[in-house]
Amino acid sequence: MALLEIRDLHLGMRSFEGEAHVLNGIHLTVERGEIWGIVGETGCGKSLTGLSISRLVSTPPGRYITGSISLEGRNLLTASEPEMQSLRGRRIGMIFQDPTTNLNPAFRVGEQIVDVALHAGGLDPSILGVGAKASRSERKKAARNLAIDMLAKVGIPKAGERIDDYPHQFSGGMRQRVLIAMALIGRPDLLIADEPTTALDVSVQAQILRLLYDLVQEHQLGVLLITHNLGVVAQICTHVAVMYAGNIIESGSVREVFKNPNHPYTTGLLASVPTAKMKRGELQGLPGSVPNLLAPPPGCRFAPRCAAVQPRCTAAIPPSVAVAAHHEVACVLAEPHASAAA
Amino acid sequence: MLTYILRRIVLIIPVLIGLSLLVFAIARLLPGDPIQLAAGPNASPAEIADLAREFGLDKPLPVQYWNYVTGLVTGDWGQSIFTRRAVAEDLKVYLPATLELVFTAMFLAILIGIPAGLTAAVYRNRWPDYMSRVVSLGAISMPRFFLGLLLQIGFAMWLGWLPLGGRFPLTEDPPAFVTGFLTIDSLISGDLRAFGITLQYLALPAFAMCLSPLATITRMMRASTIEILQQDYVLTERALGLSSRLILFKYVLRNAMSATLTVIGLYVGWLLGGTVLVETVFDWPGLGLYATKAIVTQDFMPVIGVTIVIGGIFIISNLIVDLLYGILNPKVRYE
Ligand SMILES: Nc1ncnc2c1ncn2[C@@H]1O[C@H](COP(=O)(O)OP(=O)(O)OP(=O)(O)O)[C@@H](O)[C@H]1O
Ligand SMILES: [Mg+2]
Repeated sequence: MALLEIRDLHLGMRSFEGEAHVLNGIHLTVERGEIWGIVGETGCGKSLTGLSISRLVSTPPGRYITGSISLEGRNLLTASEPEMQSLRGRRIGMIFQDPTTNLNPAFRVGEQIVDVALHAGGLDPSILGVGAKASRSERKKAARNLAIDMLAKVGIPKAGERIDDYPHQFSGGMRQRVLIAMALIGRPDLLIADEPTTALDVSVQAQILRLLYDLVQEHQLGVLLITHNLGVVAQICTHVAVMYAGNIIESGSVREVFKNPNHPYTTGLLASVPTAKMKRGELQGLPGSVPNLLAPPPGCRFAPRCAAVQPRCTAAIPPSVAVAAHHEVACVLAEPHASAAA
Repeated sequence: MLTYILRRIVLIIPVLIGLSLLVFAIARLLPGDPIQLAAGPNASPAEIADLAREFGLDKPLPVQYWNYVTGLVTGDWGQSIFTRRAVAEDLKVYLPATLELVFTAMFLAILIGIPAGLTAAVYRNRWPDYMSRVVSLGAISMPRFFLGLLLQIGFAMWLGWLPLGGRFPLTEDPPAFVTGFLTIDSLISGDLRAFGITLQYLALPAFAMCLSPLATITRMMRASTIEILQQDYVLTERALGLSSRLILFKYVLRNAMSATLTVIGLYVGWLLGGTVLVETVFDWPGLGLYATKAIVTQDFMPVIGVTIVIGGIFIISNLIVDLLYGILNPKVRYE
């Protein structure tokens, strides 16, 4: 059974102008040990996909229209709120973009990690390593020790002392390490990291990605790494999903998709990455802009910007076809691959 | 933390000096001659000069200021020109009466306002929120003295549940004077009956006085809670499975309190300066009534004394707010 399976997810977002169809039939399957890079232009629905999995999109303004999200077979869209709470922090860990705003400034970092550890430990006593009948103070002590271990593991020097510091006493990179420790202390199976390094210095970005990569490898987590950086995807992801205006238009193993991009949007996206070999003026942006999701164009949402557009593109949203093993494309031009179909 | 406290305390010394200078200057520069007034219309110039000498008003201004400041520090706050009573003695009686009223009103306002604001924020745009907004608006637009009159008519005259005014019945023995707060003094002397009577007399004026801070605290608390609920760290806390109760009462509350705290501190000073109306309506023997009488008769020393006390309490309440602010905001105290 797949770790995470998203089937035909449709999400609406209501505003005073009307309801925008911001996720428009997402399909995604993530197995343990796979690191999925989720890429796409700003506003294409990457963050909302991640938040939907933990059911953190507030409804209203959000509305789950149809589809299913299952974590090892359990449908998350129909789960009760207490059930969801028991999965958050325990089965699903999350890391967000800006480490300066994601830690509560009024509390010592230790306090915040310990609360997450106590939450996870309440669901699975083996996480704290104390018996199920342990007293509250024993559990607190165990949670604190675990937090110190975890902080040391994510590379905070003198974790035993720094655990009693406040967030503002840490640098941005160190804060993101703290947040990684918090996300992983409940031993989740799935990690959703929404642009975890975008707000950091370039020199720190690499360290944090390396840390994430090592931890994910060690625990064989399934990961959704939301990012704008295709270079990062090429380096640490096993798979990639390219999103456009609420759809995944191309997905598969990184090697396949990068070597042999099928969708005109993916091709354009890859061409817009600057490389050292390029000459001046050779860097290409994609012409046009993202469609208005309140009144999306009919059929393929990329059609108005597509150089290879055909009349049938606007008839219906093209279904995903496998163009090779581990490589699916939602484009009328894509040729189904014989061996992949078999 | 300790250095933070010390630093804050040292900082109020220049403020206190400034306050005393300002009050002194205003009192002396005010038009009108209190000595003339006190001596009466038929006093001879010699009598007036005598009176001026008695009160030290014949000396040059810097000397007068020096005498006045040393007096303040040693507890000699001068005397009323009319009653010849020592201002310090008067303040010992009237200040606790007013403070008791103000503190009770603030206590009520905080006790009700914080949970009300929190509830309104959590149930934003649903009926608890609408209710709190309507009540706050009503409370803030109603003049206090008018509300006081309504309360008197309703609870004292029609229903007869509570006394019309005053602080303690003349027919009863008040508890022995220790702090001047009747609630505390009656508890110290173990006199529960006197405590009950005190509360009955406090109820209406305190209620009349608490409504406007209550409305402000509720609105402030609602606004800051709504703002904090939208912070990124609240999403992170939810995403990592913390219960909504823990998030609200631990992680959100502490952050939301700090903005509200500033308002509370300001209100204590504001209420103190504005007790006159409520004290008049309820015949409450406090600073407001005392100061009004002194101002009308241009009686220097009581006016100065009351102003210094109110200013001082304003400064102290702000100091306390600053200290609490430092406790709630770790970042502040390290800067
Ligand atoms: N709370 C909201 N109310 C209304 N619309 C929203 C809300 N949150 C997101 N949206 C809309 O949903 C769409 C997808 O947003 P999302 O945050 O998932 O984009 P994203 O791909 O993560 O973009 P970015 O790269 O900028 O982070 C956007 O068009 C956005 O305007
Ligand atoms: Mg995003």
